[in-house]
Amino acid sequence: MKFAVVVFPGSNCDRDMYHAIKDGLKEEVDLVWYQDADLTEYDAVLLPGGFSYGDYLRSGAIASTSNIVQQIKEAAADKKPVLGVCNGFQVLLESGLLPGAMLPNRDLKFMCHHEELRVENVETMFSSEYQKGGLIQLPIAHGEGNYYCDEAVFQQLKDNEQIVFTYTNNPNGSTGDIAGIVNESGNVLGMMPHPERAVESLLGNADGLRLFQSILMYWRNNHVIHA
Amino acid sequence: MRKVKVYITLKEGVLDPQGKAVKNSLNTLDYANVNEVRVGKYMEVMMEDTEELEAQVEEMCEKLLANPVIEDYSYQIEEVIA
Repeated sequence: MKFAVVVFPGSNCDRDMYHAIKDGLKEEVDLVWYQDADLTEYDAVLLPGGFSYGDYLRSGAIASTSNIVQQIKEAAADKKPVLGVCNGFQVLLESGLLPGAMLPNRDLKFMCHHEELRVENVETMFSSEYQKGGLIQLPIAHGEGNYYCDEAVFQQLKDNEQIVFTYTNNPNGSTGDIAGIVNESGNVLGMMPHPERAVESLLGNADGLRLFQSILMYWRNNHVIHA
Repeated sequence: MRKVKVYITLKEGVLDPQGKAVKNSLNTLDYANVNEVRVGKYMEVMMEDTEELEAQVEEMCEKLLANPVIEDYSYQIEEVIA
């Protein structure tokens, strides 16, 4: 399986994402610069964290107007897995691939620590390797991770089971304790916590690796021809 | 040439922690009658005039300058005399 990590000016978790795929998952991965990327040759698209364009205007807003977003939309329409973490999540929201928006954290503080998450939905291509209702630990690192949507959208997210991860101890004020959601077709996931920073037990936590393993399982089930 | 003054404000009902912190500071400075502060953005956009200027400005606000999920916008168009 071949992954693309899209690098914007100001991305800073791109190398972590690359490492998670290459050394954690042990699959093929390229860092692709947003201007000259051709995403058609990849099986999955990963949008890393960071501060694309210095968070000018709103987090993710400027990146969402770049030409590569059209390619990301095509990959999403082709039902390829698209994962946006942290700033990547913000880019997905700003480009309309996921509903809602990000506000500054409730306490206005940049937060950088581990949070406990509950896996709400294991029926997605990103979460099948987790247990339903299971508790996992993932690092967060954001100043604008306060997910907001109006009540109608929130109801829709619940009805369609689009909420994949919730915080057990909501750190930032997110609506419905939301830490990660998928789109209606289930192949675009945005999340604020960083699974790519938790892929090695040697470094204390491998809870994030199962997310990438889920993507790989999904891909294998769909692409490997059974004899 | 036109100067477009764009005002971006958080929608009513969307919490504004920054505004709340500013409000608390004003109260600390003894402005006891300050009840609420909402922080927004102001932009000046210099543009060549066209017949569809208003429609264009609204489109720009919807597409990029404001995020309609959380923000409202308003604008004024002024003539710039060279």
